[in-house]
Amino acid sequence: MIISREDVLRVAELAHLELSEAEVETFQRQLDSILTYIEKLKELDTTQVEPMAQVLAGVSAADEIALRDDQPAPCQVGEEVLKGAPDPSPPYFRVPKVIER
Amino acid sequence: MSAAAQWTIDSVRAALGAKKISARELTSEFYTRIERHNPALNAFLTLSPERAFSQADRMDARIARGEPLPALAGVPVAIKDVISTRGVRSTCGSRILENYIPPYDAWAVERLERAGAVLLGKTNCDEFAMGSSNENSAYGPVRNPAAPDRVPGGSSGGSAAAVAAGLAVAALGTDTGGSIRQPGALCGIPAMMPTYGRVSRYGLIAFASSLDRIGPLASSVRDAAAVLGVIAGRDPNDSTSAAAPVPDYLAEMEAQLNGLRIGIPKEYFGEGMDAAVRRKVEAAIELLKRLGCRLVELRMPHTDYAIAAYYIIATAEASSNLARYDGVRYGLRVAGRTLRDMYKKTRGRGFGPEVKRRIMLGTYALSAGYYEDYYLKGQRVRTLIARDFSEAFRQADVIVTPTSPVPAFRLGERTADPLQMYLADIYTVTGSLAGVPGISVPCGKTPEGLPVGLQICGPPFGEARILQVAHNFEKAGGADL
Repeated sequence: MIISREDVLRVAELAHLELSEAEVETFQRQLDSILTYIEKLKELDTTQVEPMAQVLAGVSAADEIALRDDQPAPCQVGEEVLKGAPDPSPPYFRVPKVIER
Repeated sequence: MSAAAQWTIDSVRAALGAKKISARELTSEFYTRIERHNPALNAFLTLSPERAFSQADRMDARIARGEPLPALAGVPVAIKDVISTRGVRSTCGSRILENYIPPYDAWAVERLERAGAVLLGKTNCDEFAMGSSNENSAYGPVRNPAAPDRVPGGSSGGSAAAVAAGLAVAALGTDTGGSIRQPGALCGIPAMMPTYGRVSRYGLIAFASSLDRIGPLASSVRDAAAVLGVIAGRDPNDSTSAAAPVPDYLAEMEAQLNGLRIGIPKEYFGEGMDAAVRRKVEAAIELLKRLGCRLVELRMPHTDYAIAAYYIIATAEASSNLARYDGVRYGLRVAGRTLRDMYKKTRGRGFGPEVKRRIMLGTYALSAGYYEDYYLKGQRVRTLIARDFSEAFRQADVIVTPTSPVPAFRLGERTADPLQMYLADIYTVTGSLAGVPGISVPCGKTPEGLPVGLQICGPPFGEARILQVAHNFEKAGGADL
């Protein structure tokens, strides 16, 4: 086993996912099988290979990336954005209490 | 449902220009078809008649005034539900965005409408575009119009089924590891993934940002080229969108194929390919030879490692991109005692099993102690796969392979083992990792009547070249091999 039950619980915690007991078991089995397959990458010697940071780097047509000018422009979407929030309190998003006193 | 090829972009323009039908009447005709066939296919999740009819009326007014018609005037199109549409619900096939209404349009959507297209509605897809069968949608699977007991492919299954069933003239899909090309192949229509950066991702709800691309699905190569011509180009809102000029695809693709070098990579013709698929793809290669192409046998030695690299990189990026769904700013919220508890309950209930699996895998690959062995290793292998492609394009003008090792499979047949589902992406994830463009074109049917797709990949920004090959192939009867 590459991945233990504790690993699954730790990763679910990192990813903010509440999992049922059945999910913990299924994911452990499935992730283990996927990670075992991924082990095949170890067959390749990549010590001299740079990790890719940007696809098509060095392709001139893709490299001509120019950032636009940073000019302030009106962005009056606040009201519309808040309309889609589960618990809006304009101009804020309301959330459960964060700080315990 | 054999109406698939009844309307094309050219025939719509001709009919509107000759006043044989109005844009409003045409839009009604498509909604009538959707009403009749969508309950069985489940290709559309949301319809946008208000928006469609007001656009149709705008086009009719232009026609009445005798103004010249834009490229896609009155053409009914469908949009995959991971692409934002202002005022029209965009769920991404997920419960977590069940009631999400975007406050803005994606660049590609804006471009389509500016060119006169009529937006019929939003199409079903695997949740957050994660899947190869459309069975991961929270709103039920899509059925393949060619064989209703089978999947349409995924993740752009709704877009592919809508076009194949004649419920839209063209559609937008998105492709991260094969999600445009594979459903195109399984439903029997041309479907194209452009070069990374060719079409702006602005408004595309992110899955894996270094891989995600928007592209067209249509009932002919010509229509796919016309849509690509409209949506391609530089967009200041996406810093990865390329400034390279957009060629006149419709003109360039008419050139003949004499002497063109067609690369056949040996690694794509090994074990694991269905025998009927192999026969059709070999017949397709024969046809390309008869059209004047020269065959070049290639080696692309890192192909076998692509699935492993892809499922690290794509899930790592997904785990980061999907962190935004936390019940605060949009979408579902499930109440919790504390903020953290609310996050966990919202995400636990809002995401389906495949999305959770990928978030877990990606989080693991990025977590302390594993980053070097998984994520960085994956990125190094990605470099090797991209090199395979640049080496291949020194010897060949395009690369030709099957799109999918299997034709459309039965609903439920492959859901038990996620790894087996991933492995079937072998012919498409390579081009995704390398950033190059690829198109799938129909190349006949299996004895059971299931469509088979031929994939044609080109060098970066080589869209005109692969459209030229696909168009000539289609004109020569490639779809009926």
